[in-house]
Amino acid sequence: MTDVPVDFTTLPPERGTNYLTDEFTIRSWLFTTDHKRIALLFFASITVFFFVGGIAATLIRLQLLTPGGTLVGPDVYNRLFTMHGVVMVWFFLIPSIPATLGNFLVPLMIGAHDLAFPRLNLLSWYIFSLSGLIVIYAIVAGGVDTGWTFYTPYSSMFSNGHVIAAAMAVFVNGFSSILTGLNFIVTTHKLRAPGMTWYRLPLFVWGIYTTSLVMVLATPVLAITLGLMSAERWLHVGFFDPALGGDPILFQHLFWFYSHPAVYIMILPAMGVVSELIPTFARKPVFGYRGMTYALLAIAVVGFFVWGHHMFVAGISIYSGIVFSFMSFIVAVPSAIKVFNWTATLHKGVISFDAPMLYALGFVGLFTTGGVTGLMVATLAADVHLTDTYFVVAHFHFIMVGGTVSAYFGGLHYWWPKITGRLYNRSAAIIAALLTFFGFNLTFFPQFILGYLGMPRRYFAYPPVFQVWHVLSSAGASILAVAYALPMFYLGWSLLYGKRASANPWDATGLEWLTASPPPKHNFEVTPTVVRGPYDYEISEDGRSYARPQA
Amino acid sequence: MPALRPEIQYATLAQQSETAQLGMWVFLATEVLFFGGIMLAYEVYRTSYPAAFAAAMAESVIVIGAINTALLLTSSFTMALAVHWTAIGQPRRATGSLILTAGLGVAFLALKALEYYIDYQDHVVPRLGFEIHGVPRGPAELFWLFYFYATGLHAIHLTIGIVVLSVMIVHSWRQRFLPQSHNLLEVAGLYWSFIDIVWVFLFALIYPIGRVVS
Repeated sequence: MTDVPVDFTTLPPERGTNYLTDEFTIRSWLFTTDHKRIALLFFASITVFFFVGGIAATLIRLQLLTPGGTLVGPDVYNRLFTMHGVVMVWFFLIPSIPATLGNFLVPLMIGAHDLAFPRLNLLSWYIFSLSGLIVIYAIVAGGVDTGWTFYTPYSSMFSNGHVIAAAMAVFVNGFSSILTGLNFIVTTHKLRAPGMTWYRLPLFVWGIYTTSLVMVLATPVLAITLGLMSAERWLHVGFFDPALGGDPILFQHLFWFYSHPAVYIMILPAMGVVSELIPTFARKPVFGYRGMTYALLAIAVVGFFVWGHHMFVAGISIYSGIVFSFMSFIVAVPSAIKVFNWTATLHKGVISFDAPMLYALGFVGLFTTGGVTGLMVATLAADVHLTDTYFVVAHFHFIMVGGTVSAYFGGLHYWWPKITGRLYNRSAAIIAALLTFFGFNLTFFPQFILGYLGMPRRYFAYPPVFQVWHVLSSAGASILAVAYALPMFYLGWSLLYGKRASANPWDATGLEWLTASPPPKHNFEVTPTVVRGPYDYEISEDGRSYARPQA
Repeated sequence: MPALRPEIQYATLAQQSETAQLGMWVFLATEVLFFGGIMLAYEVYRTSYPAAFAAAMAESVIVIGAINTALLLTSSFTMALAVHWTAIGQPRRATGSLILTAGLGVAFLALKALEYYIDYQDHVVPRLGFEIHGVPRGPAELFWLFYFYATGLHAIHLTIGIVVLSVMIVHSWRQRFLPQSHNLLEVAGLYWSFIDIVWVFLFALIYPIGRVVS
């Protein structure tokens, strides 16, 4: 293993040589239509929300250190986990990879000069910011106690929280999501550079493309549902309230029709990131490229037909339960294909354990654990025992935090030199990646056991017999907090004092590495002509690796 | 005269046009799911409470609904004519046709407002003196909730469409659309036709299907 090669010949950039130094005014940021700058605007916004949601998580873990519920009462506790869920799902995880890395990289990776609709892209950030202000209002005004799922009729008739404000925040947020997805779909269809055929697209672009399909087709149903719920609460009419003729199960159907695919909005881009990292750091072409693309499409499509597995005990018929259970098992097939292909890519590779690779390997392990436990809760009989327990909490945190957040950090470390033109401290990054993996496991693995033993989710107090597992979990959470805070320091440090990065510090093959770090305002001086697929890595007899760029 | 040069991210004007149209098609896909969600919920309740929905539906003003359907269908025709006339280089006719299209849209909204007023007089507006006899109140009220929710959202879409058309009228009036370059108009036409199609489905669901003819 060698240190990351540094190109010392690169002089400090002068004004106008790249997208960061093009202009320095605040106005040039707030009115930019450059996808790279908009990516950084999103990055700043979601980082704020990551810490807002993180504070709520911290308080939850502190509360659960002791069985008696000593820190806050039940009402405040309800508001904490609701705020944690709403903020983390819609204001961090959904936009995390697509709106930041996706925004920055999709045009670069396909050899385009920008997204198809740059002004729409900026509008998407403004809509996101507006929704962010509304959700902050909902929190500051007193919060919401419904849980992030807003189940009726509790949310619409009985809750004393700021339900309508929170629902409107999510409603407005959805438009941002839809517009971003729309932009990616159209860009991928229409703006690929000459020679960039569909089967030469990097898997990250495939991941973002399939995510965008889900965003565009699922999000409007959430909007309509939260609209109905808010109207019910506001006017006291009975869309979903059984006392007034409505059907609360219908709310759950409509809600999960979005919110289960929403999990794929989080995981598909993460799979895309990992599919970039593993070939680069194993110095091998990704195993089964076409299978990987079909698997992404299959997950996106089948993911629309599994929502009922959230409702096995809510009163749906046993027959629809069987169908939804079966479909949930089907979705495991393409997911498993991806895990097998990543593993096969590693086989006989020349692996270097840099920070991005550690995050990627962590992703594969944690995603697999989350996926397998997903099959357990998708099993009808087992779900009767496991539903609404900490087992479910652990399961979806393995997917959404262990999976998506690990991939997000991995991608951030991988493309940081491209985004900022700086190299960060390699050892510090490796420590953060390892702490993330161990901290995560210590936080959430005990929750599988807790749930299996019968600890229900969303309880502010619990019998003392569960305490040892909660203490382990809270201890893990403190490690995880350090692991997530560390990058703030060494990445921030790199901005000021980091060595300047060369155009291609990882010796990777994608088009984004052909242009300078950071890229010029319109990405490429000359539109590249693509001549081969991604991941053309080769290891020669003497163990040296070669990478052939796509153009 | 607009500069006939594509924006930085496009190689050609043709590519830019195709991209804009694809963008609108993708947006319409979102809209299908948006209205689809309402229609699904409506159908679920109609199947659950057929008698109450039939009784409630009998109160809906099918005459205005039918006239409005005719207005919107005609407006899609005049919209298509405007695009056609622009394409063959007759901007004056195109402008006139656009004005007619927007006018039909405004007439639709005016009739819709009248219909809402009649509904109010008939005591079928939920929470505003709602009365119904012979069937359970809750399910009957559900019909009217969906009626106002769906037609209200449709009216918002139509209002946006009229604003868009007003911009198109100004562009067309100042002869900014050229036979070989009038992509904006094409995209606006797609959106307008979609509003029309949504109404066709809403009309069928709200007024005639399952209506008890007395």
